[in-house]
Amino acid sequence: QAKYISQCIDEIKQELKQDNIAVKANAVCKLTYLQMLGYDISWAAFNIIEVMSASKFTFKRIGYLAASQCFHEGTDVIMLTTNQIRKDLSSPNQYDTGVALTGLSCFVTPDLARDLANDIMTLMSHTKPYIRKKAVLIMYKVFLKYPESLRPAFPRLKEKLEDPDPGVQSAAVNVICELARRNPKNYLSLAPLFFKLMTSSTNNWVLIKIIKLFGALTPLEPRLGKKLIEPLTNLIHSTSAMSLLYECVNTVIAVLISLSSGMPNHSASIQLCVQKLRILIEDSDQNLKYLGLLAMSKILKTHPKSVQSHKDLILQCLDDKDESIRLRALDLLYGMVSKKNLMEIVKKLMIHVDKAEGTTYRDELLTKIIDICSQSNYQYITNFEWYISILVELTRLEGTRHGHLIAAQMLDVAIRVKAIRRFAVSQMAMLLDNAHLIASNTQRNGICEVLYAAAWICGEFSEHLEEANQTLEAMLRPKVTTLPGHIQAVYVQNMVKLYASILQQKEQAGEKEAAQEITQLMIERLPQFVQSADLEVQERASCILQLIKYIQKLQIKEVPVAEEVIALFAGELNPVAPKAQKKVPVPEGLDLDAWINEPPSDSESEDEKPKTIFHEEEQRHSRHRQPEIDEEELARRREARKQEQANNPFYIKSSPSPQKRYQDTPGVEHIPVVQIDLSVPLKVPGMPMSDQYVKLEEERRHKQKLEKDKKKKKQKKEKRGKHHRHNSLHTESEEDIAPAHHVDIITEEMPENALPSDEDDKDPNDPYKALDIDLDKPLADSEKLPVQRHRNVETLKSPDSEVPLVEKKSKKPKKKEKKHKERDKGKKKEKEKKVEEEEEEKKGEDLDFWLSTAPPAAPTPQPQVGIFPHQRKLLWLFLACELCRSAVSCCSTEGNISFISSTSCWGAEILCQPSSEKTVMGDFRLILCKSRTEIEIQMQFQAWLILLLMGVMLYSCMVLFPSMR
Amino acid sequence: PSRPLPQSRSAAAAVAAAAVLVWAEVPPSPPQLRYPPGTMQFMLLFSRQGKLRLQKWYVPLSDKEKKKITRELVQTVLARKPKMCSFLEWRDLKIVYKRYASLYFCCAIEDQDNELITLEIIHRYVELLDKYFGSVCELDIIFNFEKAYFILDEFLLGGEVQETSKKNVLKAIEQADLLQEVSKSNFSDQSV
Repeated sequence: QAKYISQCIDEIKQELKQDNIAVKANAVCKLTYLQMLGYDISWAAFNIIEVMSASKFTFKRIGYLAASQCFHEGTDVIMLTTNQIRKDLSSPNQYDTGVALTGLSCFVTPDLARDLANDIMTLMSHTKPYIRKKAVLIMYKVFLKYPESLRPAFPRLKEKLEDPDPGVQSAAVNVICELARRNPKNYLSLAPLFFKLMTSSTNNWVLIKIIKLFGALTPLEPRLGKKLIEPLTNLIHSTSAMSLLYECVNTVIAVLISLSSGMPNHSASIQLCVQKLRILIEDSDQNLKYLGLLAMSKILKTHPKSVQSHKDLILQCLDDKDESIRLRALDLLYGMVSKKNLMEIVKKLMIHVDKAEGTTYRDELLTKIIDICSQSNYQYITNFEWYISILVELTRLEGTRHGHLIAAQMLDVAIRVKAIRRFAVSQMAMLLDNAHLIASNTQRNGICEVLYAAAWICGEFSEHLEEANQTLEAMLRPKVTTLPGHIQAVYVQNMVKLYASILQQKEQAGEKEAAQEITQLMIERLPQFVQSADLEVQERASCILQLIKYIQKLQIKEVPVAEEVIALFAGELNPVAPKAQKKVPVPEGLDLDAWINEPPSDSESEDEKPKTIFHEEEQRHSRHRQPEIDEEELARRREARKQEQANNPFYIKSSPSPQKRYQDTPGVEHIPVVQIDLSVPLKVPGMPMSDQYVKLEEERRHKQKLEKDKKKKKQKKEKRGKHHRHNSLHTESEEDIAPAHHVDIITEEMPENALPSDEDDKDPNDPYKALDIDLDKPLADSEKLPVQRHRNVETLKSPDSEVPLVEKKSKKPKKKEKKHKERDKGKKKEKEKKVEEEEEEKKGEDLDFWLSTAPPAAPTPQPQVGIFPHQRKLLWLFLACELCRSAVSCCSTEGNISFISSTSCWGAEILCQPSSEKTVMGDFRLILCKSRTEIEIQMQFQAWLILLLMGVMLYSCMVLFPSMR
Repeated sequence: PSRPLPQSRSAAAAVAAAAVLVWAEVPPSPPQLRYPPGTMQFMLLFSRQGKLRLQKWYVPLSDKEKKKITRELVQTVLARKPKMCSFLEWRDLKIVYKRYASLYFCCAIEDQDNELITLEIIHRYVELLDKYFGSVCELDIIFNFEKAYFILDEFLLGGEVQETSKKNVLKAIEQADLLQEVSKSNFSDQSV
C-alpha cells in the first residue's frame, strides 16, 4: 500500500507540472484525499494556491477546499493568498465569495485577519443574505485572531441582531453569544436586548444560545437571575425539544446556584428541574439518561435534599449496562448516603467492585467508596470495625492505583478513632503477615502502599498487638526488601517501635533470655536493610542497627534497658484542631518579624538555607541590636529583600501556609511513658475473610435494627437517646475527631485579605482574553490602535465623517455607521470631562434601571494579593525544614514524620512530639543530654543528636511564628 | 486504470439505512430554525474499521496533533459498546458521536456546550448527505469526498451552524454545482 501511495504521489507530482489547470485541480483534489489518510502534502502548498486562483469556480472550489484542509498558521505561503482572497471576496459571483469565506474560516491567520478585516466587514452589509450570514460568522474568527477589529466592527454586528433575514440574525446571535460567553462582563449592557429576543423568539436554536449567554451573565448580575427564572420555567413547561429543555434546566440550576446566597425561595423551580430530570433519567434513551444524571449532580451540590428523594432511581442506574451512566450515578451516590443506608450502599458497591471488568471503573468505585464513607468527617459511619474491614477487603484488589488512598484512610481512622485501634492493629498485623499476597507484584502494584499504613499502625500502637513477636518477624522477612523504598523506611522505623515494646514486655516478665533473643534477631536481620539501595532505608537501618548493638552490649551487662528504649517513642499522637496553633501564646521577648538571620545580600539560594540554621544561636544575641536600626533602614532592607525574592526563581511565591499545630503543647507534659497492657491476649486466626467481618457487622446491625424497632414504639426522645448510646461506643473517639475536622486547611489557607483575582484564573494564552474589551466605551478610544492610524488622519480633517477604517470602501454602510458615530459622539460630548469610570457607572445605571429598583450591587473590592512577611518567612522555614528532614530522619520519632511526610509542616511538628512536652529548645537539650550521659552514646549517635537539635530549633521557631498574626 | 477498491466496500454496501432515523425528541416541525449549534472543535467521520473518511478542524492544530487526536479518538469510540450513550468526556472536551450504518460521526464540543444539539447537528448533516446523494452510503463519501466537504461547509462555518434550513443548504450546493460547467473526472482512483 505504501508503495502504491508513493507511486500515486509521483503521478500527482507529474500532473502538477502540467499547464492544464484541470489536471492540476484534479491532482490537488487527490492530494486532499491523501492528506486525510495522513500523508504530508505541505510541499504542494504553492500548487494549491495556483488552483485557488483559477478563474473557474470548479477549480477554485477545489483549491479552497485543499487550502482549508491543509493550511495552518505555520504555512509560509499563506501570505501570498491575501490578494487572491480579497479579489474573490469582492467577486460579483456570490459563490466565489462564499467559497473564499468558507476557506478563510479554516485558515485565517492574524495577518490575514488584519488585512482582510475591512473587506469582511463590508460584506456584513452585502445585499445577499447568503454572504451576510457567512461574513457575520467569520467575523468571530477574525476577532479571535485580530482582537483590535472587535471595537470597530461591533456596532455593525449588533445591528445584525435585527437583520430581516433570520439566518443572518441567528448568525449574529451566535457570534455575540460566543463573544459574551468568554468575557461576559463587557456584554452585560446587552442583556435587555437579549431578554427581548428570548421572550419573543420561537427559534429554538437562537433560544439555546441566548439562554447559554444568560447563564454566563447571571453570576455577574444576580438580579438578572431573578428576572430569568420565570421565562425559563415557562419554557421548561412548554417546550417539546429535549435539547432546549436540557439547556433551560441547566441554566436554571446555574442561576439558582448563583442566587442561592440571597434568595432561598426557589424550591418550586428546583422541584420542577428535578422532576424533568427524573423524566430524562427514566427515559430508555441512554443519552438522556446520562445527561439527566449529569445535571442532577449539579443540583446535588446546592440542593441535596431534593435529589435525595430520587435515591431509588439512582441506585437503579448503578446497574445500568453503560459504564458511563454508572459512573454518573456513582457521583450522585455521594450525596445520597445516610447513617442508615451507608452499609447497604457500600455493600452494593463492593459487589460491583468484584464484578467490575476494567481497572478504571474499579478504581473509580474504590475512590467513591472511600469518598462516601469518609465524607464530612465520617459522619455516616456508625461502626468503624466495619469500615476497617471494608478497607482491608479493598486491599485485595489487584492492580489498583489507589493503594495510597486506602492507606491514608487506615491511618486516619486508626489515629483518630481511639476505640478502634485494637481492632485496627489486629487487622494490620494480619496484613503484614500476609504481605506476600498483597505485594506479590511489588514495584508496579499500587496496593502495596497499604503496607506502609499497616506497618506504621502496628508500630505506633504496638501496645495493642497480641503477637508482637510474630509481627516483628513478618516485618523482618527478606521479601520486605523488594518493597518500594519509602515503605521499607517505615518498616525499619516501626520495627524498632515494636522491638521496644517487646523488650519492655520481656523485661517486665523477667525473661532476660527472650529479650536478648529478640535483640539478636534484630541484629541478624537489620543488615539486609543497611544494604538497601534506598538512601533513606539505609540511613535509618544503619542508625538503628548501631543503637541495637549498643543495647545488646548493655543487655549483656545485665543493665535494664527497656525503659530507655521505650522512651524513644514515648508520648501519644493526638489529633490537632485546625485552629489550635493560633492559640499557642507567643513567649515574651520573641519578635516574630525579625529575621532569624539576615539573608546574605547577593542571593538567597536554597543551598544556603540549612546553613543559616546553625546561626540561630547568634541571632538571638543579635536581636538586641535590631531595634537600634531605624525604621527607614528596615523598610529599605525589606524592599531589597522583596526585590531579591521576586528575582529568585527558587523562591516559592504563593503557596498556602499550612498552619497545623499541636493543640495543647503545654498540656502534654503530663504524658508519661506509655504503659503496655499485656493482659488482654486475643486469638486471631490467620488471614480472616473480611466477609466474615462484614457478616458479623451485618448481624450486629440487624440486632441494632431490631433494638431500634423496639425502641421505635417508644417515644422519639428515647430513640434519640438510643442513638446516643449507640454512638457512645465511640464517643471518646468522636470527640477526638471533632477538632481534627477540617482537612481542607492546607488548600484553603490564604492571606487574610487576599481576594481571588480574575487574573489568576485566566490563562494568559487564552485566545479569548484578548477579546476582553469594553465595548461600551466610545469608539474614539480605539484611535490608539495601530490600524486605525490612517483613520485618525481622516478624523482630523473632517471629524464629522469619523468612521472606522473599513468604511472607506463602501458607501452604503457608511450611513448606518454614521448614526452610530453620532450617537457615540453625543455620548462623548456629554461625558467630555468625565472620567471613564463614570461612564461605566452610567452603563451600570442603565442596566440597573432595566433590572429592578433594587439597590446597585456593592462595588467589588480591589483584589489584593500578597504574602505577608511572616508568611514568607514561614515558607522559607518550611523549605529549610524539608531540606533537613532527611537528616533528622534518624531521630527516633521519625516514623511519625514519614507518616505525614506529605506535609512537611506536620512532619516538623510531629518531629518533636513523642519526645514530647519539651517544645522549648533548652528543655529539649536537657533531655537529650540526660539520655546521653545515661546511655553513653557513641560518636555516631551524637551526630544525629545534633541533627535532631537542628530540627527542634526549627520547630520551636515555627511554633511561635503563626501566632504572630 | 484498475485500482484496488477500498476495503470497506462490502461494509459500505449496506446502505446507510440509519440515515432515515428521525430524531425522536425533535418534532418534525418546520425544518428551519430548529437546529441550534454548539461551538464545535472538530468533526471526524470514520468507518468501523477505523479508516478516516472526512475530517474538519475548526481549531488550528498542527498535523501531528491532529493525527494524534484522531488516532486516540477513533480507538476510544470504536471500543465503546453499542448500547452505551453517545457522550464521553475526553481531555477537557466532550465528545459526541453517533453511528450511522458503517460510519461513525464524531464531534468534539466544549464543556458548556449542549450535547443534544450536537447530536442534532450530526443528524442534520447525515440528512443533508442523504438528500444530496439519495440514500447515502460510505462509498458515496469516499468517491465524492469533496462534495461531502462542500455540504459540510455550507452547513457549518467555523464550527457554528450557518444555515438551519435543509432546503437552503441544498439549494446553495446545487447552484454552486451548476457553475461547474465541466464535469470533473472522477476521483476514485486514489482510494486506498
